[in-house]
Amino acid sequence: MILAADPLLSGPVGLPEVLIVLLKVGAAFAFLLVSVMLMIWFERKLLGGMHQRMGPTIAGPWGVLQTLADGIKLFFKEDLIPDRSDRLVFKLAPYLSLVPAFLVFVIVPLGGDFAGGSGVVRWWGRDTYLQVADPPVGVLLFLAMSSVAVYGVMLAGWSSGSKYPLLGSVRASAQMVSYEAALGLAVAAVVLMAGSLSTHDMVLAQAGPGYFGIIPSWNIVLTGFVPFVVFAVAGTAELNRPPFDLVEAEQELVGGFHTEYSSIRFALFYLAEFMNTITMSAVIVTLFLGGPSGPVLIGAIDWAWGVIWFSVKLFAFLFGFVWMRATLPRFRYDQLMDLGWKLLIPLSLGWFLFLAALETGRDRGWNLAVVTVVTVAGFVLAGFLLAGALASARRGGDRFGPGGGGDDGDDGDDGDDGEPRDRVLEEAG
Amino acid sequence: MEAAVFIAAAAVILVGAVGVVGSRNPVHSALFLIQTLLGAAVLFVLQDAHFLAAVQVVVYAGAIVILFLFVIMLLGVDRAMRLDIEPIAGQRPLAVIVGVALAAVLLTVTVVATGELTGVRRAAGERALDNGLSDVERLGRVLFSQYALAVQATAVLLTIAVVGAVVLTRRHGGHSGPSGEET
Repeated sequence: MILAADPLLSGPVGLPEVLIVLLKVGAAFAFLLVSVMLMIWFERKLLGGMHQRMGPTIAGPWGVLQTLADGIKLFFKEDLIPDRSDRLVFKLAPYLSLVPAFLVFVIVPLGGDFAGGSGVVRWWGRDTYLQVADPPVGVLLFLAMSSVAVYGVMLAGWSSGSKYPLLGSVRASAQMVSYEAALGLAVAAVVLMAGSLSTHDMVLAQAGPGYFGIIPSWNIVLTGFVPFVVFAVAGTAELNRPPFDLVEAEQELVGGFHTEYSSIRFALFYLAEFMNTITMSAVIVTLFLGGPSGPVLIGAIDWAWGVIWFSVKLFAFLFGFVWMRATLPRFRYDQLMDLGWKLLIPLSLGWFLFLAALETGRDRGWNLAVVTVVTVAGFVLAGFLLAGALASARRGGDRFGPGGGGDDGDDGDDGDDGEPRDRVLEEAG
Repeated sequence: MEAAVFIAAAAVILVGAVGVVGSRNPVHSALFLIQTLLGAAVLFVLQDAHFLAAVQVVVYAGAIVILFLFVIMLLGVDRAMRLDIEPIAGQRPLAVIVGVALAAVLLTVTVVATGELTGVRRAAGERALDNGLSDVERLGRVLFSQYALAVQATAVLLTIAVVGAVVLTRRHGGHSGPSGEET
């Protein structure tokens, strides 16, 4: 019922159809798990290289089995549950992190020939897509799952019954909820271009011949690069990866929301984190870089080229994530919130309105130059208004600054003390 | 098939609903509420209302209950309560009466309107009318043509509410800080 768009399930469903679906689920599951295993090794090896050290070398050739060894070790370690924890929620939380990470991968098209055909493969006389499911809500499933994933982090910190995990989880959930808005607005731009929520249709829409023979008609070009940058930044923050990894800032929070977790439960969080990195990269590839679409170079199996192109694009993003981790220092918490609320959300909202105006103009036959000029003028006006509002808010804050607000006798409270001093420093500098 | 999915989802919803009321710990209540909402999302999918199901998960499970949990955790009421104490006298019998009355009204309306206990499925001919259009497209068309004014009025209302909330917290808090920006 939810798979209505897949030609496999539009007809009568018998045993072969069920077997094909099971095969696809198994293949996607295996692809994801093997990718996670290799990704953890790859990240450690690459970070090692960038830090001028060796990285894992012992287990298997080039240390490639390191993840497997770590997994087995974690599995046999003692499983600690803190006395003051909420036992039920403590045990539930890792799964609330893991399951959404798996479910997002379901909507990612993994292969198929989009250049020649329409991404349909024919197996044992039955047409199907090379993705586990193509629900009508498509990419909304990704947004839904990323909002469900907040629960895992939040409840893990709360149920530990300990201070640092709670601080880490409050930080993490505030960060994830904040950046979801920017993420959603960037996705909206892509949906506007593709005219559909279905990920299959999005890839199909991007598989066109392109411009001048070299520029592909991918959404990264069609949406004008800005939504891609917003999505990549907001996605990194959503993953709690460096430079947005305040969630587990070791110097401040010990280990963040999973400080009290050990053994296999910790391994589940670790697994979910890397799985999310891979699914986020896969979603970026699907939304902005044409997913598995690409030319069929040689050979008879044309759908396999889709898998190859997809893997190549995916790998480029995974490399980028590791590179960023090795290069960029961590953000401060107020910088993180400023970036999300004051820059990314207005930028992506404005750009979305601009794209919508262009689409309407193209539809109605307006002069696109005039549309652009008017929209840019609107942006400048809105930018001035926003800057003015921020400036007046800062002035308004000073009225209640040091000495005001009745907190002058309050020398025991660190949080209230720090803020006015920060503001004085800001003005002096 | 449809009946099986309905029964499973209904069981999930009912267990969740009872859990919301019966849990000693407010955080557990919130978790049971999520279970109920997710079960209702499954029922929406069963009725081919895919968009409604997605919105149910994104907005209710993803945002509103998160807000509940934040409030519960930050106000420090997240410990087990004694359920045998009644804060408002006569609340429980009243709740039972109101609940039963509401159920009776809903059932009466359904039976009067459709002549059946569970409502009627749309006829096959009626379904053919929206062939080729997904429920997202149909909903979008109706909202942005027929009810465009209502949508815009709602948007303005929400903006006013957000601005109002920010103004209120600033005046009340005395000093501006990062906390004002999280609203």
